[in-house]
Amino acid sequence: MIKDEERSMNATVRRASMADYLAPGARSMKPSGIRRFFDLAAGRKDIITLGVGEPDFVTPWHVREACVYALEMGKTQYTSNAGMPELREEIGNYLYNQFDVAYDPAQEILVTVGGSEAIDLALRALITPGDEILVPEPCYISYSPITSLSGGVPVGIETFAEDHFKLKAESLKAAITPRSKVLIVCYPSNPTGGIMTYEDWLPIAKVIEENDLIVISDEIYAELTYGTKHVSLASMPGMKDRTILVSGFSKAFAMTGWRMGYACAHPELISAMLKIHQYTIMCAPIMGQVAALEALRNGKDEKDRMVEAYNQRRRLIVHGFREIGLECHEPQGAFYAFPSIKSTGLSSEQFSTRLLNEANVAAVPGDVFGMGGEGHLRCSYATSVNQLTEAIERIGRFVDKLKAE
Amino acid sequence: MSELKMKILELLKEDARRTAELIATMLDVTAAEVKQAIAEMEQDHVIVKYATVANWSKVDDEKVTALIEVQITPERGRGFEGIAERIYLYPEVKSVYLMSGAYDLLVEVEGKNLKEVASFVSNRLSPIDAVLSTKTFFILKKYKQDGIIFEEHEVDQRLPISP
Repeated sequence: MIKDEERSMNATVRRASMADYLAPGARSMKPSGIRRFFDLAAGRKDIITLGVGEPDFVTPWHVREACVYALEMGKTQYTSNAGMPELREEIGNYLYNQFDVAYDPAQEILVTVGGSEAIDLALRALITPGDEILVPEPCYISYSPITSLSGGVPVGIETFAEDHFKLKAESLKAAITPRSKVLIVCYPSNPTGGIMTYEDWLPIAKVIEENDLIVISDEIYAELTYGTKHVSLASMPGMKDRTILVSGFSKAFAMTGWRMGYACAHPELISAMLKIHQYTIMCAPIMGQVAALEALRNGKDEKDRMVEAYNQRRRLIVHGFREIGLECHEPQGAFYAFPSIKSTGLSSEQFSTRLLNEANVAAVPGDVFGMGGEGHLRCSYATSVNQLTEAIERIGRFVDKLKAE
Repeated sequence: MSELKMKILELLKEDARRTAELIATMLDVTAAEVKQAIAEMEQDHVIVKYATVANWSKVDDEKVTALIEVQITPERGRGFEGIAERIYLYPEVKSVYLMSGAYDLLVEVEGKNLKEVASFVSNRLSPIDAVLSTKTFFILKKYKQDGIIFEEHEVDQRLPISP
């Protein structure tokens, strides 16, 4: 009898639509603002795009060739969950030589499917539902949504153009509550191009220690700095054990599509992340790992050549925006300029949409990157000098037209 | 040579039409400095000429190019210089290199057709007293020249917008 009643109750809760099957987290998640703009730009062939967050160089040939050779030799198997030991070894050497942080390849380095997986693993390993995760904004679009998916509560901390979008100790302090647990930082920054120096990090490190926070430091753009060397947060006094250093091969070695990343942290954190990784991903693809190994061993010259090219284009685009009359802080890292379009009176969304429709230039509206992004555009200068020059000319004509309206 | 001149040279090598102003912005120096450096390099024959790299196979009156390995007897006192000069002064000769290895000079010759190149080798080059032997190789297709790939396959395949 009871069974029948249960059955009839079940019938009454029949789901009305497919959406009702979705988990609340997936249902409430908004599509990325970049995605929205991508749909607007998709299919148009006549546009110059400054909207691309990846190098315009193809992965250097020696790296691709190493992968092709490995495939010919039949390297198609699983690797160990944490990644090929020789790759972890090489990542350890690289971080030590470049950024002065020493990690034990056997226990403190985990190879992941892109930096994105590393961040997801870190958050899933750390968050107890209700924990507050501090995120300086404008920032990479994924941090807040994946925090929410893990049950955390993202708390934005606004950064400002007049501070070159650096995180300030007082802003960090003001955002901290007893529920704060993790701080996610990304310097050099996507989308602003802001960087943090040793002196900038010192007071931040103090606040982190005093408030017992763990930091996920996304250093994917570490190689792309201009004039000053990247300072890894993990290399700051007292910070190594509190930091999960996340990086990868996408930006420095032009390897976006390979999806090769890594995380470095205290053995207990890596061990927890490894457990999630082995049940969900198993291991990063071997062909990507072989390519990454080749990039680390022999990729320095090509990498330096690309960085030099970005630097030249960076000067070109910043100079261009200033000539047009748009304020633009000097980005010192990554490959984005983040000019202000506030003087035009339009919102980021309005400006970007009209720029696309009326001048055939695609740039991402700054508001999609969170607080402090409104009134700005993200313009990637990972594109050819000719395209950049043409884009600047078109934007200049568009801004003149706006003034005349 | 100064680092600035090297960088200017590299930028001009990529595209000789770049203006001094554009180069100045890219290298964070003044346009006057760039102009000065270029003038000096022209004066010193570091910059020899501004030319166009053409893919002649796309043009109707396609030219024929041959690489000729030449063995010669060096002259007393002048070595290979005199013979090289006699050869490179012919307008159909596009380049001449002194080589290590099995032969001495590598001569690149361009002509309207096969006959013209063959005639140059038999009537001009081979009869020179010091020339011991020649081996002629015709270029069938140029894939890459001066670091420039003619049929560029690596077009930008990125999505118009990405994170």
